[in-house]
Amino acid sequence: MSAATTTVSADARPLGRALTANRLPKWAPAAVAAGSIALGCGIGAVGGLASHLQWGLISAILFVAIGYALSARVEGRRQAKDRLATSVVWVAFILAVVPLVALTFYTIQQGADVVNGYFLSHSMKGVLASGPGGGIYHALIGTLEQVGLATATAAPVGLLTAVYLVEYGRGRLAKTVTFFVDVMTGVPSIVAGLFILSLWNLALGFNYSGFSGSLALAILMMPVVVRSTEEMLKLVPNELREASYALGVPKWKTILRIVLPTAIGGITTGVMLSVARITGETAPVMMLVFGADYINSNPFDGPQQSLPMYIWQQYSVVNNDYGYARAWGAALVLIAFVMGLNLIARGIARWRSPKGGH
Amino acid sequence: MTSSPPAAPRGRVGRQRDSRVGDKIFMNLARGSGILLLVVMAAIAGFLAWRSGLALSKNDGHFLTTFEWAPDAPKPVFGIAVLAFGTIVSAIIAMAIAVPVAIGIALFISHYAPRKIAQPFAYLVDLLAAVPSIVYGLWGALFLVPHMDGLTSWLNQYLGWTYIFDQTKTGTVPRNLFTVGILLAIMILPIITAVSREVFRQVPRMHEEAALALGATRWEMIRTAVLPFGRPGIISASMLGLGRALGETIAVAVVLSSNSVLSLHILDPGGGTFAQNIALKFAEAGNNGRNALMASGLVLFVITLLVNGAARLIVARRKEYSGAAA
Repeated sequence: MSAATTTVSADARPLGRALTANRLPKWAPAAVAAGSIALGCGIGAVGGLASHLQWGLISAILFVAIGYALSARVEGRRQAKDRLATSVVWVAFILAVVPLVALTFYTIQQGADVVNGYFLSHSMKGVLASGPGGGIYHALIGTLEQVGLATATAAPVGLLTAVYLVEYGRGRLAKTVTFFVDVMTGVPSIVAGLFILSLWNLALGFNYSGFSGSLALAILMMPVVVRSTEEMLKLVPNELREASYALGVPKWKTILRIVLPTAIGGITTGVMLSVARITGETAPVMMLVFGADYINSNPFDGPQQSLPMYIWQQYSVVNNDYGYARAWGAALVLIAFVMGLNLIARGIARWRSPKGGH
Repeated sequence: MTSSPPAAPRGRVGRQRDSRVGDKIFMNLARGSGILLLVVMAAIAGFLAWRSGLALSKNDGHFLTTFEWAPDAPKPVFGIAVLAFGTIVSAIIAMAIAVPVAIGIALFISHYAPRKIAQPFAYLVDLLAAVPSIVYGLWGALFLVPHMDGLTSWLNQYLGWTYIFDQTKTGTVPRNLFTVGILLAIMILPIITAVSREVFRQVPRMHEEAALALGATRWEMIRTAVLPFGRPGIISASMLGLGRALGETIAVAVVLSSNSVLSLHILDPGGGTFAQNIALKFAEAGNNGRNALMASGLVLFVITLLVNGAARLIVARRKEYSGAAA
């Protein structure tokens, strides 16, 4: 179709300009894309392929193949390879956009009907799982308290560790700590949950509570805080430290009054990003907090609820359309919360990044 | 501190001692939290190993080769064969899809995209990393699984002869390892993209311009200048992604319909992964059941430790990549 016309027009150009090789016109990639999408959809529709995933895949393959063939004929093999790489990279870009857009829109579409004032301000106490109604108030409280406690535990430890690595760390201990902090960022969340279970609940004999969940979350959070704080502290110019020492200020005061305040923007960003990360953790919370249908605002005693676990329960335990609806509502709230934290954190990073940062 | 002015008034001496005490306290606090992190890591390994020992001593099957998972039976039998297989297969599928696409996206952001698109898009990919895994799971189960129907039957029809894509029972809901692999691929895309993007950005400008000046096309420039420089970075980025894929729990638990059958037919529902098995079996596990789950958790912990450690070592060897470890 359009592919054919492109070939003709390119071939029909007057030859004889010795220094300029034949080139496809600038609009050729767009035309090939449009043509192959039309062709892909056509093949899909005619062939009766049910899933649109296949339509897209066929179009993508056509786009890459037609672009290559066309360019190979007109421009030669090297240019064709270049075009091939370009189209593959563009296809990769679109492949990444598709799930992102699908996920966001589907969540918003499914969740928007569910989320309202009632949903946000009521718990599931006395709500029949097989019927409509109920809300996420208890889960919101649980999540906020658990994440708050985890942050209160992990942020100081992470901050101090980063201070140690940047300001004091020499020798083997610092190297070991750096390595294990890096490795620790990869600890699966379920393993952190198992560890707290065996230590806190089985060995020390405590019961299910929001706090034991927050301990596991703290383990997941610490290395992230250390890494980001470390990067920020490294950006603080050495001149500031030296000026402070020259005035006779002791090292600890220099760190507390000069270094940390200078980097505070970046540190806040790092902490907020790690908070966003642990807010969505399901696995450890599922084992340690246990999940309650009612409002329990005491994180140190008895089962609580949390947003991710609420979604899990509504999906896999309740497992009917009402449950799915509630799960989508909670998912929308969770995503909004996490994305909001991310955006604010990055805003702070832009606003207060130390000089010399990017 | 040693060179205080000689004419310092008397009070300064006392204050100096204070500050030295303060220094000591502060430094020990800082070092203490560093050590605390090491202790936590050691404790994770130690406690899991202790519990695993309790479980393994009662196991009637062979931990590595037994297929079933019945640690609470009167004669406990459990093994990780199916779990290890499922974990590795789903991770391989995820890597096979995610790594090329992620490299493509990273190149798109660093070398291909118009500037106006590149920055916001890099931002979007980072946001994709922040989506909680339970939301991925929910989306996977309620959106992706129904949409996989066509693709699975198509693969079965045309690639069924490869054995791997052969569906022994057609018409089943595609809650299989293949779908799990695709979902995992989407989930690990952002981390691989983020790290390789940073590495590609740090390719010396001179190398690129030299290649272009010699008449290389953009692709030839990337092949000769960007990719060789970035190879270790790509490898370590992929391994970080692999670590995530191996340890992913809740999304797999939501999507996969598991059983204790070890089968290479990846389009058939069934199989399981370490993390998914723990999440699913945990609620009804008895005492020995929990210990057995901890044994499988220990295996997962060691595997991810090795994978992540190797990735970090590769990055650390190249100093040029400083700042690339996300």
